[in-house]
Amino acid sequence: MQRMADTPAPRLPERDRPWMMRTYAGHSDARRSNELYRGNLAKGQTGLSVAFDLPTQTGYDPDDELARGEVGKVGVSIAGLGDMRTLLDGIPLDQMNTSMTINATAPWLLALYIVAAEEQGVAKEKLQGTTQNDILKEYLSRGTYAFPPGPSMRLVADTIAYTVEHVPKWNPINICSYHLQEAGATPVQEIAYAMSNAIAVLDAVSARVEADRMGAVFGRISFFVNAGVRFIEEHAKLRAMAVLWDEIGLERYGVQDERHRRFRYGVQVNSLGLTEAQPENNAYRIALEALAVTLGRNARARAIQLPAWNEALGLPRPWDQQWSLRLQQVLAYETDLLDYPDIFEGSKVMEGLVDELLEGAREEMKRVQELGGAVEAVDYMKAALVESHRERINRIESGELVVVGVNRYTETAPSPLTADGEGGILVVDSAVEAERQAAVEEWRATRDQDAVDAALADLARAARQDSENIMPATITAARAGATTGEWSQALRAEFGSYRAPTGVGDAASVPSDDLAELRDEVEVVSEALGRRLKILVGKPGLDGHSNGAEQIAVRARDVGMDVVYQGIRLTPKEIATSAAQEGVHVVGLSILSGSHAELIPSVIGALDEAGVGEVPVIVGGIIPDADAARLREAGVAAVYTPKDFDLNRIMHEIVELVAERQRSQAGVRA
Amino acid sequence: MPAGADLGERLRSGDLTVAPAVLNLVENRSLAARAQAGELLAAVSPAALGHEPRAHVVGITGPPGVGKSSLLSRLVSEWRARGRTVAVLAVDPSSRRSGGSLLGDRARIEVDPADGGVYIRSTAVGERLGGLAPATRAAASALAAAFDVVVIETVGVGQSETEVADVADTVAVVVQPGSGDVLQFLKSGIMEIPDLLVVTKADLGRTALRALGDLRSALRSLGSREIPVLAVSSVAPPSGIGELVDALDAHRDGIDLPARRLRARRLHSLADFAAEHGERGLRALGGRRAAERWLEQQDPGLDVAALERALAARAATMS
Repeated sequence: MQRMADTPAPRLPERDRPWMMRTYAGHSDARRSNELYRGNLAKGQTGLSVAFDLPTQTGYDPDDELARGEVGKVGVSIAGLGDMRTLLDGIPLDQMNTSMTINATAPWLLALYIVAAEEQGVAKEKLQGTTQNDILKEYLSRGTYAFPPGPSMRLVADTIAYTVEHVPKWNPINICSYHLQEAGATPVQEIAYAMSNAIAVLDAVSARVEADRMGAVFGRISFFVNAGVRFIEEHAKLRAMAVLWDEIGLERYGVQDERHRRFRYGVQVNSLGLTEAQPENNAYRIALEALAVTLGRNARARAIQLPAWNEALGLPRPWDQQWSLRLQQVLAYETDLLDYPDIFEGSKVMEGLVDELLEGAREEMKRVQELGGAVEAVDYMKAALVESHRERINRIESGELVVVGVNRYTETAPSPLTADGEGGILVVDSAVEAERQAAVEEWRATRDQDAVDAALADLARAARQDSENIMPATITAARAGATTGEWSQALRAEFGSYRAPTGVGDAASVPSDDLAELRDEVEVVSEALGRRLKILVGKPGLDGHSNGAEQIAVRARDVGMDVVYQGIRLTPKEIATSAAQEGVHVVGLSILSGSHAELIPSVIGALDEAGVGEVPVIVGGIIPDADAARLREAGVAAVYTPKDFDLNRIMHEIVELVAERQRSQAGVRA
Repeated sequence: MPAGADLGERLRSGDLTVAPAVLNLVENRSLAARAQAGELLAAVSPAALGHEPRAHVVGITGPPGVGKSSLLSRLVSEWRARGRTVAVLAVDPSSRRSGGSLLGDRARIEVDPADGGVYIRSTAVGERLGGLAPATRAAASALAAAFDVVVIETVGVGQSETEVADVADTVAVVVQPGSGDVLQFLKSGIMEIPDLLVVTKADLGRTALRALGDLRSALRSLGSREIPVLAVSSVAPPSGIGELVDALDAHRDGIDLPARRLRARRLHSLADFAAEHGERGLRALGGRRAAERWLEQQDPGLDVAALERALAARAATMS
C-alpha cells in the first residue's frame, strides 16, 4: 500500500549516530584526574566533562583561607597552566570535545585550555568543547559566583564575543536550566527562567559585537538541561524549549538562518530526585530520566552525562561512573531507539503538554521582562524558586508526592552495595590539600615573577576598560604563569565582591494548622529562655548549594524562631562571630561538598574561641554514616542527611535540644 | 544571668566584648532580667556617668529594597577608617502569624570578623507593626556608653521613622531614585521631615540626579531649605560615603544633644510603660500627650527605669 505523502516513514533510511557520551568527572589533582579521564575514554566515553573543585570555580588558590577543606573535593584543583598541562596530558585536543563546568572563572579556564592546546601544537580554531559560563544561575541556585552581576555579565559576553571570532567551534556558554530544577523550579519556571537568562546574555553580547554577527552568536548558544523522573512531561519540556528558542531567534534577534536557531542542548539528568535511602533505586530513576532526553528525535540531547546511583551518598567511584556510562551505551547501541524518526509527531497528548508548558512559560517570561529582564529579576526568580522548592518538600512530607524508599515502601533488606568500609563512595585522600598547597607555592617560586606582575597589571587595566575584551589579557596572564587566585583577585579588586540575595525573605509560610503544635513548643521554650528562640543557619566553605539551608531557615521562621541566615561561603570565624554577637541558642550548618570533616570541627573551635562554645551545633548535608559518627564525637549535637526529609521532625528536635540545655542550665543555677 | 550593674561597669570602662551579653539581657522579657536591665541602664545614665553617653546615635531608615544594608556596609567601613567603633542594631520585620522572623540584614553588611570594633545585632520587631523592637531603645542607650557610633537600622517609612527619631540623635531617611512614595509621604505629612535625606544608587546617573532635584524642591516647598540631601553609591567604586559621614557629624554638632537625649529617655520610659500597662495604663495617665507633657516636668537627672516607676506610680494614683 502506498503511504500518504505527509506520513513519515516508520524507519529512518539510516540509523542515527548516537549522542556524545560523557561522565562528569575529576577530583583531587590534575595527575589523578588525567588518569581517570584516560580510563573513561578507554571504556568508550566519547567526550570529556571536567569537574573542578570549588576553589577553582570561585577563584581561590589551594592555600587561600576560604579554600580550606574544599581542595580537590568536588572536582579537580586547577591553579594554573602547569595543572592544565597535566590534566590534558596525552589527550589529543584537536579531536577531543571537552565540556568544562566552570562559570565565574570561565574566561580563565578557557584561557588555560587555549594555551595548553597551543603547547600541544593545536590551534585554537580547532578546539571543540563547552564552557558552562552561565553566571545568572549561579546567583539563583549554584552559588559559585565571584563578582557582582554587572561585571560578571560582561565577562560572559566577552568570552562569547571572543570565541565566535577566534575559537569558532567552541560553545562559549551553556544556558543552564539544570540547576534551576535542582533549586526547585517547576517545568514552567525552568523553561521561562532559562530562556530569560539566555535573553539577558544575548542582549549583553549584542552590545559587544557587530550587528551582522548576531546570527553566528545565536548559533553558538547551547543549553544544559535537567530531566526529572516524570519523563513524559520532561520530554514535552524540551520540545517546548525548542519552539521558544526558534521564536526568540527569529523575532527578537532577527536570526534568518534556520540552523542558527536550532535548540542544541546537553544534559545531566536529575540529581535532586536521587535518594539516599535505598540508593540502588536511583539506577532505575536515571534510566527513565535518560529516556526523557532521548525518546523523541526532534528534541534529543546532543550530549549526555548521567549521574551515578550513589551521588546522594557522596562522590562516585570509577566503577559507579562506568555503570552509568554502560546505561548510555545499552540505550544507544542495543535498543532500537536510534532507528526511528520522531516518535511523538502527531501525538495529541504530547502536543497538548507542549502547548500547556508554552503558555505558562510565555507568561512567566513576560513577568521577568516586565521586571527589567533576568539580571534585574534575580531577586524575584530566586524567591520564586525557594517557594517552589518549599512546596515540593511539603508534598513529600505529606506523602502526596511519592518517593519510593523514602516516604513509601521504606522496608528494605540490607544493601550489599554499600556494605564496604567506606559505604560505597569515593573518599578523597586528605593529603591532597597539603600537596596542592605545596604545589602552588612551588609554582609561584619558579615562574618569571616580572612577567606575571606585568600581565596582572594589564589584566586590571583591561578590567577597568569596559569596552575592551577581557580574553586577550587573560590569555597573556595564563601564558605568563599567573594562578587562578591571582587572576580572580585582580578582577575582584576592580569589580568588587558580591553576596547574592538569599531568596528566603519573601518565601510564603506553611499553612499554620500543620505547625500549631511546633509553634506552641517554640513559645514554651522561648518563655523559659526569656527571649525568642534564636537560631543561626549558615553554610561554611565554598559550597553554594543553599537549598537545604534555605528550607531549614524558612521552616524555622514558620514555627516561630528568630532566624539569622547569612547565606553561603562563610569562614568558621565569620559564623562564630555572628553566633556570639547575635546571641543565638543553636547553630545549624549545611555542607554538601564533602568538606564537613575539616570545616565542622573548625567552626566548633571558632565558637569556643568566641566564647560561645556551649551553643549546640547541628549539621545537615551529604554526610556518610562513618563521618556522622566522627562529627558527633567532635561535639556535634545532631547530624541530618537527605533521608531526613521531615523538616518538622528536625524542628521538633531542635526545640528539644535547646529546651534540654535551658533546663540543665537553670538546674545548675538553682 | 549576669548582673546589670556589672555589665554597665564594663561598658563604662569601654569593654566592647560585653555587647552580646548586654543585648541578651535587654532582650530578655523575664521579670528578673528586666530588673537587671534597669540596673544596667542606671549604671550608664548621664547621672551616673556625669555626662551624656559618648556615642553618636544614628537612625537609618527607609522603605525595603532601597539599599540600606549595602549603604550601611560602606558607612561602617568609613567610620572604622576614621578610627571609630560602631554598633549596629538592625531591626527586621517579623512574620506576624508565627512570631518568627528571618533576620537577613547581617548577610549584606560586610565586615572583617576579626575586627572587635564592630558589633552587629539583628532583632525582630516582634508582635508590633513597624517601629522599634522593645529592646532596641535600651540597647541603644546602653551601647552608647561604650561605642563611638550606635546605628539603629529600621525598615519602613512613617511610623518607624518617627519612633527612630525618638531615640536617635540624627535620623537619615534612605530612598532610591524613581520611587515617588517618599516624596508623597513628605508632602502629605505622613512622614516627618528627617534630619538628612540620602538617595542611593547614584551610579544610575541621570535618574539619581533627577530624584535629588525632586526631593530638594519638595523640601523647599515645605519650607525646609536647610535639610541636607545627599547622593551615594554603594556599588564599586562607592561614592558620597565620606560626605555622608561628614553631614551626619555636622548635624550632631548643630543640635542641643542633652535636650534631645533627655527627650529620648522620657519617651523611652513611656514606651516601656505602655508595653507593660497597655491602653488602660495610658488612659490612666490622661492619654499619651498628657503623659508626655507630665514627663517634661520631671527631674532631668532621672534614668529610664526611675521615670517608668514614676509613671506607674502616677497611673496608680490617678485611676
